[in-house]
Amino acid sequence: MKIKSQRDFASGLMFLVVGVAFAWGATDYSFGTSARPGPGYFPFGLGILLAVLGGFVLFKALTLESEGGDPIGAIAWRPLLVIVAAVAMFGIALPRLGLVCTLPLLILMAALAGPEFKWRDVLISSAVLTAGSWALFIWGLKLTIPVWPLFING
Amino acid sequence: MDLLNNLSLGFQTALTLQNLAYAFFGTVLGTLIGVLPGLGPVATIAMLLPSIYTLDATPALIMLAGIYYGAQYGGSTTAILINVPGESSSVVTAIDGYQMARRGRAGAALAAAGLGSFFAGCVGTIIIAAFAPPLTELAFKFGSAEYFSLMVLGLVGAVVLASGSLIKAIAMIVLGLLLGQINTDVITGTARFSFDIPELTDGIGFVVIAMGVFGFGEIIANLGQPAEQREVFTKEVKGLWPTREDFKEAFPSVLRGTALGSILGVLPGGGALLASFASYTLEKKVTRNPRVPFGKGAIQGVAGPESANNAGAQTSFIPMLTLGIPPNAVMALMVGAMTIKGIQPGPQVMTGNPELFWGLIASMWIGNLMLIVLNLPLIGIWIKLLTVPYRFLFPAIVVFCCIGTYSLNNNSFDVYMTAGFALLGYTFYKLSCEPAPLLLGFILGPMMEENLRRALLLARGDWSTFLTRPLSAGLLIAAALMIVVVMLPSIKSKREEAFQEEG
Repeated sequence: MKIKSQRDFASGLMFLVVGVAFAWGATDYSFGTSARPGPGYFPFGLGILLAVLGGFVLFKALTLESEGGDPIGAIAWRPLLVIVAAVAMFGIALPRLGLVCTLPLLILMAALAGPEFKWRDVLISSAVLTAGSWALFIWGLKLTIPVWPLFING
Repeated sequence: MDLLNNLSLGFQTALTLQNLAYAFFGTVLGTLIGVLPGLGPVATIAMLLPSIYTLDATPALIMLAGIYYGAQYGGSTTAILINVPGESSSVVTAIDGYQMARRGRAGAALAAAGLGSFFAGCVGTIIIAAFAPPLTELAFKFGSAEYFSLMVLGLVGAVVLASGSLIKAIAMIVLGLLLGQINTDVITGTARFSFDIPELTDGIGFVVIAMGVFGFGEIIANLGQPAEQREVFTKEVKGLWPTREDFKEAFPSVLRGTALGSILGVLPGGGALLASFASYTLEKKVTRNPRVPFGKGAIQGVAGPESANNAGAQTSFIPMLTLGIPPNAVMALMVGAMTIKGIQPGPQVMTGNPELFWGLIASMWIGNLMLIVLNLPLIGIWIKLLTVPYRFLFPAIVVFCCIGTYSLNNNSFDVYMTAGFALLGYTFYKLSCEPAPLLLGFILGPMMEENLRRALLLARGDWSTFLTRPLSAGLLIAAALMIVVVMLPSIKSKREEAFQEEG
């Protein structure tokens, strides 16, 4: 057995696993009967369907020749991890530090994901975006987002 | 004349100062963001959704609609000027439009695109106004079985017309449907797949998925690529107006494009993308001895697809407004926005909120007028905006998406979920799985389940109810036909060929 298409192999596997997981999870809920379908009825059917589709994709990936093996290619670890971490950081920091401190932090972290990092750019972006977001979201749209850090507001 | 009465009600609503201002604001904002490469209508609307929280329903939807066609139009501008289509439906425009620009005829190309779109927009608006009421009548005859079958047809349509692998697209839809199952069961009140996390019992917000997968996933994918060589066309756009010959050549293409687009837009899953591809193919077939060959800067290759995609964009409102069923990802976002504003999309919108319904339709025409008035003189400025480097652009997108997700519920949980979906979005990108069908499935999932279960309940568990009720059977047969047609070898190769031209 040789994998003929890496992308299809991985996605087939993903669909298969997720489908089985959902179908398995659905067995926790009452299945009901066709005349009176319970909460587990639809997700169980869908989970099985997804697993079958995943199986198809897998089968295709192992049998059908594709151009150059359709490799997944290098994973951009740096932007991936940095952006995901930056977003999570925003979720943790915003309620505690407020918009004014969190945004520059977010922008600083996000800038680390890019190929070139310049302090000057980060400072410009931070100033413009923080002021702009304040004007747009707090002043303009009156959203209730914490603006200042907790220790200032008390 | 009902039509005239309705339209006048619509114009009364749309022409208030406030609504005019929002339509204007929406089109400007949409164009502004739409010109940015890689940001299409879906990402734009997802990003700007938080801005509607404080608005009333009518101005909110008017503004979103404005953003939609603004972004659509902005996408064509970049396609022509720098060969970077802002969204998938302007991919074809780039083929001949960019060639025209390189020959110094950018002005003519932009004007043809703009005027063609305007014409198509006018026709599209009239079609919506004329056909929405009878379709709504029909919609009231729909029972649960019919709704379920219609949604199947819609999802199949979305799959068939998506680019890339068919099975993977179907799997993405099912995955979306399953994600929609993470909620509290409406009939029994059982919390499903919530892992005892209280936030999950309300279901995942579709904005969370849209921003994670489309916003952040895209940024990560972009940053992962080596700095792309963007060939910016800095030369001044000279000679805005097309010549008389241009008009003569472009006009029939505009007519054909409009007709094609209006029809294809109504089909579930059709929308703007298919319309522009189909129109380009048609123009290539129909035009004999073009003055400039296709692919080298033929004005027909710009005017036709542009009219088609705008007409399609307009008429794709029909299934959304009359049946509450979104035919594409943008409309899925609009449905979500309506739900946020407490309006249940569906046939009752027209009778229950006539101002909203007709106001939205009238504002479409006004928005199109604004677009053309705005864009023709402002082309120079759009080009300036394109020179903003990506290293300033992506932090701004990150900031807007973060604030947007947080303000959904004023809750950090949604932000963490979005981070998770960013990861998933990048995975999809790496595995070449189209994410748009997933979003569509996610939106339709709960509706489908409810209708399926209700239909089965009414039929006492007899699955054949979907085939014995004529309307439902017809819809399912249409869905099956669509799959069969696409599976046929000759069409399959044609479909692949059509999507190949994207590259």
